[in-house]
Amino acid sequence: MAKNPKDIVLDPLSDNNPITVQMLGICSALAVTAQLNTAFIMSIAVILVVAASNTIISLMRNHIPPKIRMIVEMVVIATLVITVDQLLKAFAFEASKQLSVFVGLIITNCIVMGRAEAFAMQNPPKEAFFDGLGNGLGYSAILIIVAAFREFLGAGALFGFQVLPESYPGNGLMVIAPGAFVVIGLIIWLQRTVTKKYEEA
Amino acid sequence: MTHLIDIFVRAIFVNNMILAYFLGMCSFLALSKKVDTAFGLGLAVVFVLGITTPLNNLIFNGLLREGAALLPAGVDLSFLNFLCFIAVIASTVQLVEMLLDRFFPPLYNSLGIFLPLITVNCSILGGSLFMVERDYNFAESAAFGFGSGMGFFLAIVALAGIRHKLRYSNIPPGLRGLGITFILTGLMALGFQTFSSVSLQVP
Repeated sequence: MAKNPKDIVLDPLSDNNPITVQMLGICSALAVTAQLNTAFIMSIAVILVVAASNTIISLMRNHIPPKIRMIVEMVVIATLVITVDQLLKAFAFEASKQLSVFVGLIITNCIVMGRAEAFAMQNPPKEAFFDGLGNGLGYSAILIIVAAFREFLGAGALFGFQVLPESYPGNGLMVIAPGAFVVIGLIIWLQRTVTKKYEEA
Repeated sequence: MTHLIDIFVRAIFVNNMILAYFLGMCSFLALSKKVDTAFGLGLAVVFVLGITTPLNNLIFNGLLREGAALLPAGVDLSFLNFLCFIAVIASTVQLVEMLLDRFFPPLYNSLGIFLPLITVNCSILGGSLFMVERDYNFAESAAFGFGSGMGFFLAIVALAGIRHKLRYSNIPPGLRGLGITFILTGLMALGFQTFSSVSLQVP
């Protein structure tokens, strides 16, 4: 198992990506990938919450009674998410309107809970922080790739700026929900073909 | 009444939790390999969503929002909603589990391990958050919660059926498992898009 900070951060980016390999955290995030802007803000929020919750839970790991650890983790995560939500409402009101319920849903995002349970409970704060950072980044990478595809093909734009000429008709399929599913399926196909890590059907 | 039925039908087909909002994907993907397990999980979701959404509605309107019945005037606790909702969901799941075990053992046995798992299913919390955002009243939120649960049930059982058939097909190795499941879900979502103009209310 990777022990130095660099490996802990880089491992979840491709080999152990939370979305495409660990199958965590798909839930709350896909709906924000119709535009790069929202995907970007969501990514920052998730990175902050995962890194902070991993650090805090790792600091408290010797004081949490094993029987109620789930509830303690849930409270820590919920508190952090409320903080992020309030910050967004204060400083980026437009964005927080667009993200609507999906900021709140970071609480039930399996990545946060999964990393707290699988890594932060056993490791010292520094490693836990880097693990959270890495997983947050790996998750963001997929989110931003999907968003870039959908916004580029769907509207011919990136970050809201028109990239393709005005005559580009736009691809309605990419803007609606099914587009996200298909794009993720294709990314997983590509990644698994490159890394040769196949799954039993 | 038509209004409530409209919310119910739209929650099943148009605003389907999985296919339109991507909520509850983790368990949707992990537990859709067999029709039996998919059926059990689907039932449990219908049950818990149908109970927690109206319950959270009562709590939000009675305790948290500005001008709530049980709060002094000028106090707004709505920033606590995430924390309260998740606590309500966790304890409801626990309570439902104990009640079912005591009074309906066959149902309890068929739901099995899926009940506790539901606490961290995004669609449950999502149901409550959508209820707040759309300003549903008690009856509306009950119809919405129940309908969303039915939508989840329908989607997961259908996907499990397709994946069962898929065992006999020759899929490229990189696409096996998660990849093809995503593309299938995409196709299903596309199918459900055709319902998007469904509305029971006469304009």
